[in-house]
Amino acid sequence: MAAAKRPALPVILLANDLLDGDVVFAAGDANGLNWSRDPGAALIGHDDATADQLDAFAAAELGNQQVVDAYLVDVAIEDGVPVPRHYRERMKTTGPSIRRDLGKQAELPLAQAFLRA
Amino acid sequence: MYRYDEFDERFVRERVAQFRDQVGRRLNGSLTEDEFKPLRLKNGVYLQLHAYMLRIAVPYGTLSSKQMRQLALIGERYDRGYGHFTTRTNLQFNWPKLRDIPDILDLLADVEMHAIQTSGNCIRNVTADHFAGVAQDEIEDPRPTAELIRQWSSLHPEFDYLPRKFKIAVTGAEHDRAVIKAHDIGLRILRHPDTHEIGYEVIVGGGLGRTPMIGKVVREFLPKADLLAYLEAVMRVYNLEGRRDNKYKARVKILVHEIGTEEFSRRVEEEFARLDGPSVNADPAEVARIAAYFAPPAYETLPATSGAFEAAKAGNPDFARWVETNVTDHRQPGYAALTISLKPIGAPPGDATSDQMRLVADLADEFSLSEIRVTHAQNLVLPQVKQADLFAVWRRLGEADLATANVGLITDIIACPGLDYCALATARSIPIAQALAQRFADAGRQKEIGVLNIKISGCINACGHHHVGHIGILGLEKRGIESYQITLGGDATENAAIGEILGPGLAAEDVPDAIERIVSVYLAQRQQGESFIDNVRRIGLAPFKAAFQEASHAVA
Repeated sequence: MAAAKRPALPVILLANDLLDGDVVFAAGDANGLNWSRDPGAALIGHDDATADQLDAFAAAELGNQQVVDAYLVDVAIEDGVPVPRHYRERMKTTGPSIRRDLGKQAELPLAQAFLRA
Repeated sequence: MYRYDEFDERFVRERVAQFRDQVGRRLNGSLTEDEFKPLRLKNGVYLQLHAYMLRIAVPYGTLSSKQMRQLALIGERYDRGYGHFTTRTNLQFNWPKLRDIPDILDLLADVEMHAIQTSGNCIRNVTADHFAGVAQDEIEDPRPTAELIRQWSSLHPEFDYLPRKFKIAVTGAEHDRAVIKAHDIGLRILRHPDTHEIGYEVIVGGGLGRTPMIGKVVREFLPKADLLAYLEAVMRVYNLEGRRDNKYKARVKILVHEIGTEEFSRRVEEEFARLDGPSVNADPAEVARIAAYFAPPAYETLPATSGAFEAAKAGNPDFARWVETNVTDHRQPGYAALTISLKPIGAPPGDATSDQMRLVADLADEFSLSEIRVTHAQNLVLPQVKQADLFAVWRRLGEADLATANVGLITDIIACPGLDYCALATARSIPIAQALAQRFADAGRQKEIGVLNIKISGCINACGHHHVGHIGILGLEKRGIESYQITLGGDATENAAIGEILGPGLAAEDVPDAIERIVSVYLAQRQQGESFIDNVRRIGLAPFKAAFQEASHAVA
C-alpha cells in the first residue's frame, strides 16, 4: 500500500487522546517526544527529518494505545505559533466556533492564536 | 408508554457489562483501535472532532420525565451541562470521556435507556410521528408498531451487519410528520379502501445523503399481522443483494433504483411467500400486550374549550402568538399538545441544557402525565396538556428561554452539528442557522412569511435533511473554504420532494442575503393564503434563480 501523501512543510502532529478524546499535540525535540494538550507546545516539523520523526511517533503511539486518529497537519507560523492552514484543523485545535466557552480556546491562552483567519 | 420487561432489562444490562469489558480491553491494549471501533460504534460511541460523542436512543422519540431527568444528570456529571437532540429523535452528548461511558450506560439502563444500534450498519432507532396517540388526524397510534419493530430489530442476528445503516419510520396519521418517504422503510398506517381493515402502506428506498431519493410504494396494503414477516422479507432481499463493494451505493435506495420498484417488490413478495410467516410474525397476544402500554390515559372530561385559556390569549398577545405557532389541537376535548422550541433566536438548534431538561421533566410531571416527545425537527413536545394549564406552562418555559414562538416558521431551522463538532462534516451548519435566525428574528415578519422550513447540513451525508427543506442549505468545502449550496422546493411531508439546486455555492456571509432574496420573491408573488412551498410549486424555480444569481458571490 502506498504511503499517505505527507502535507507540505511545516507540519505538526495532532491526535485525539484515547481516554478522553481531547486533541493532543506531539511536543518535545529530537531527543524524544510526548503529548501535550497545549497547541503552543507542538513541535514544528520544518524539515523532512523532523516530519519523519513525527510520523514515526504517530505510528508508535497508535500502537501503544495512547492516542487515536493521529496525523500530520500543515501549518503557518504566526507570531511564533503554528496555526493549521485548513479551517477544519484550526477548529479542531480551538473548540467549537459556536461555544467559545468550550475547548482549548477556553482553557489555554495560546489556543487563542488559532482563532485567527 | 412501553416499560421494559425482564428480558429487556437483562439484555440491556448484559450489553453494558459487555461494553465495559470491551473498553477495559481497549484501555489495557488488548484491542487495537481497528478492533475496537466497530464495537464502540455498536454502542453509539463516535470519535468526533474535539472529543468522543455518545448517541443515545430515544425510541420513536418518546421520553418519560424520569428519563429526561437522568439525561440531565448525565449531561451535568459527565458532559458539559447540555445535550443535543437530533433529527433521528436521539440525544447526543458531545464531550464524554471514553473511560466514563460504561458508567453512563449503566445510568441509562437504570431508566430503561441505552445507546445500542444508534450507529453501525444495522437497523437504527425507529422513529415515529411525535404527535402519536394525540393527533386529531390519526388513524391509529404508530407507537405499538414502532415498539414491535424495536424489539424485533434489536440485535437481530441476521440484520446486524447489513450493507449499510438502515432507518425505519412509522406514521399513523394522514399528515406525515415522520418523513417516512425519506427512510429506508417508511410505514403508513391506513385503512383498506374496501374492507376498512387497518394495515400498512410499505414504502422502501427513500433516503437523503449523496444520492437523495423519495421512497417507492412496494406494497399498497399489508395486513397488520404480517408486518414482521414482510419486514424480514424486505431486509433479507436487501441484505443479500445490497451493494457491499461500494459504501456509497450500499443503501437499499440504490438497490430499488437499480433493479426497479416492480422487480424489487417481486423479489420481496417471493421471499415473503417463502417465509414461514407464523414463526416470524408477532404473537397476537404479544402485540396486544405492547399496545396496552400505549392505551390512551384516563383523561378528564373537559369542555372543548377552556374559558381561562381563551381569556389568557385575549389578555396576552405574546401568549396568543405562541399558542398560534406552538400549540396543536388534541384528539381529547380540552387538551392540547404543545411544542417546546429548542430554537431560541441565535442558539444552536436542538441543544438543551441540563437545567432546561429538568424543567421540561418537571412540567411533564405537573402538566403532561409525565410524557415528553422528541421531534425530528429537534424540538420537544408535551403531548397531554390541559388547555387551562397552557398559560402557566408558557410562563414557566419563558423563564428558561424555552418559549420561543416559532415552530414551523423560518427560524425553526433544522441543523446538524456540522463542523463545530462532527468529524465527517466539511463545513459548519450551526452558525448559518444562527445567522439566519437573527436575520429573520422579527416576530411579525416571521408570521408574515408563514410556514417555511429551512434545513441545513454540514456535509453530503445530509443529517440536517437539507434535501427536503423548503429551503435547503448544504455546507461543502471549495478550495479550502466553506461554501454553501442552496436548494429550493424540498418537502418532508406526504408530498415529499427533493429540492433543486439554485446555483453556485456561496460564502457563509452571503447566505442570509441570498435567503432574504428568495423570501422576497415569494412575498412579492404569492397569492392570498399561499404558503412558501406552494408558491415555489406554482411559479417554478426561475424567478428564485434570477434573484439568487443577482445576490450570489459564488464560491464555485
